Amino acid sequence: MRTARILQLSIIAAVAGCSGNQSALDPQGAPAIHVEHLIIGITVICAAVWLLVMIVLGWALLRKRPSDSSQPGERSLTISVGSAVAATVIIITGLTIASFYTTRGIGLPENAALTITVRGQQWWWQVNYADPDPALSFQTANEIHIPVGQDVRVQLESADVVHSFWVPSLAGKQDLVPGRSNSLLLRAERPGIYRGQCAEFCGLQHTHMAMMVVADKPADYERWIAAQRQNGVMPTDPDAVAGKVAFLSKPCAACHTVRGTPATGTTGPDLTHIGSRKTIAAGLLETTRGSLAAWIADPQTLKPGNNMPMVPLTSVELRDISAYMESLK
Amino acid sequence: MFGDINDAKWSFLATFLLVVAGAAFLGWAQQPRELRTDPPLVADLDRFRLMSNSIGGSPPESYFAEGKPYESDAYNLSQGQRLYTWFGCQSCHGDGRGNVGPSFLDGWWLYGPEMVSIVASIRDGRPHGMPAFRDRMTIEQIWQLAGYVQTIGAYSTKVAATGRRDDRHTRPAENRAPAKILFNEGPVGAHPDQGPSP
Repeated sequence: MRTARILQLSIIAAVAGCSGNQSALDPQGAPAIHVEHLIIGITVICAAVWLLVMIVLGWALLRKRPSDSSQPGERSLTISVGSAVAATVIIITGLTIASFYTTRGIGLPENAALTITVRGQQWWWQVNYADPDPALSFQTANEIHIPVGQDVRVQLESADVVHSFWVPSLAGKQDLVPGRSNSLLLRAERPGIYRGQCAEFCGLQHTHMAMMVVADKPADYERWIAAQRQNGVMPTDPDAVAGKVAFLSKPCAACHTVRGTPATGTTGPDLTHIGSRKTIAAGLLETTRGSLAAWIADPQTLKPGNNMPMVPLTSVELRDISAYMESLK
Repeated sequence: MFGDINDAKWSFLATFLLVVAGAAFLGWAQQPRELRTDPPLVADLDRFRLMSNSIGGSPPESYFAEGKPYESDAYNLSQGQRLYTWFGCQSCHGDGRGNVGPSFLDGWWLYGPEMVSIVASIRDGRPHGMPAFRDRMTIEQIWQLAGYVQTIGAYSTKVAATGRRDDRHTRPAENRAPAKILFNEGPVGAHPDQGPSP
């Protein structure tokens, strides 16, 4: 009774892991659906083979030897070994063909409507929305917005080591290799927020290298694009005004860009619209004034080894700069 | 293979493995990676004393107590290597052989090879073009970068090495060997914009 209950609970727990916004078993786009079919197909076939092998093994162990201890015929042995080899070859060939067609199914179409460049860095994602007109190009970090129902080509690059781009609900994995440019098809059929993360061990903070893919309805997407193209807002709140002054006079501006200000550093994430992003530090914390202050005050305790140094600030400066960051919607 | 466990080779193997494990442990214990330096220690890094001619001086006491981490710690040297790129040092100093700015590899240090001099040069700037990075980097980053710069043109090899560089090597790798082979040419003449040597 008790065992049954534990079993039941563990099954519920396991199945609960299959849904949610980061699951290859809850696909929300065409490439992910192809991958899911392949996963289920291979699992079912392998399970059937395993079961069959176990049954034959059980039968072989339990059967009684014939009393007249005669040697098994050479011929029957040849037949059973031959048919097992043939079955293996057929199954593996079938799986290979299925895998080939899946790979072709998730391949890039000739002309995707939108191309986004994602550059992996230790330990965050730089996202570039390029436009032939440089004034309309912009950069953001750790949050990718895509329009629903459209093929999106994601160009994958790396600034330092090998990373891997993995948004299980929308697509398979693809590596980001230094010096190379890979690409991946991303497509979401339903609006929603899909979580992704780095899937290739890339150093100390590999765990904290997450991103969000936000699938918007076309109108929402256009609104988001238009907002991101704007320069950083001029703060009006007195705290934020003082924060901007402090931000520009401290080392912050040497690594971070806020468009429309003298801050043009490129080493760290672009902060022009940091207040509009859902998380900071690659999915580590939700974006609130408090978490921004906590992060700025001591990044090495929250995410040890990351490249943001602890900049000595007075408490007033810290409060002002976090107010300014929060105001950058 | 496992037939005779008393065979001599097994005791050798066991000893060897023990020694390797012990060495690994000692190495780890000697140099634990310090990712977050205590704020008071960082603040102290600003309090070095410089001679009145701005050449040489003495680091804060805490720097020695810590075991000179910015010269002898591989992690800090590697961070310095990244900072060298991130803060655009190449635009004047090239790959270390100098360009508009002086070379680090010719064996000639305009303000001496001491850490304190290099830190002061980066933090406060120097005449004839070296900008001050006081407001662009934290003092700890400046020490990391100074350690790396010192390594580029070190007179003798250091035990700690920086991380591997993946770009094309145009000069001897940092501190794999002293840059002495390049010293034979003698100091490269300072660029006209650089002004006279102090």
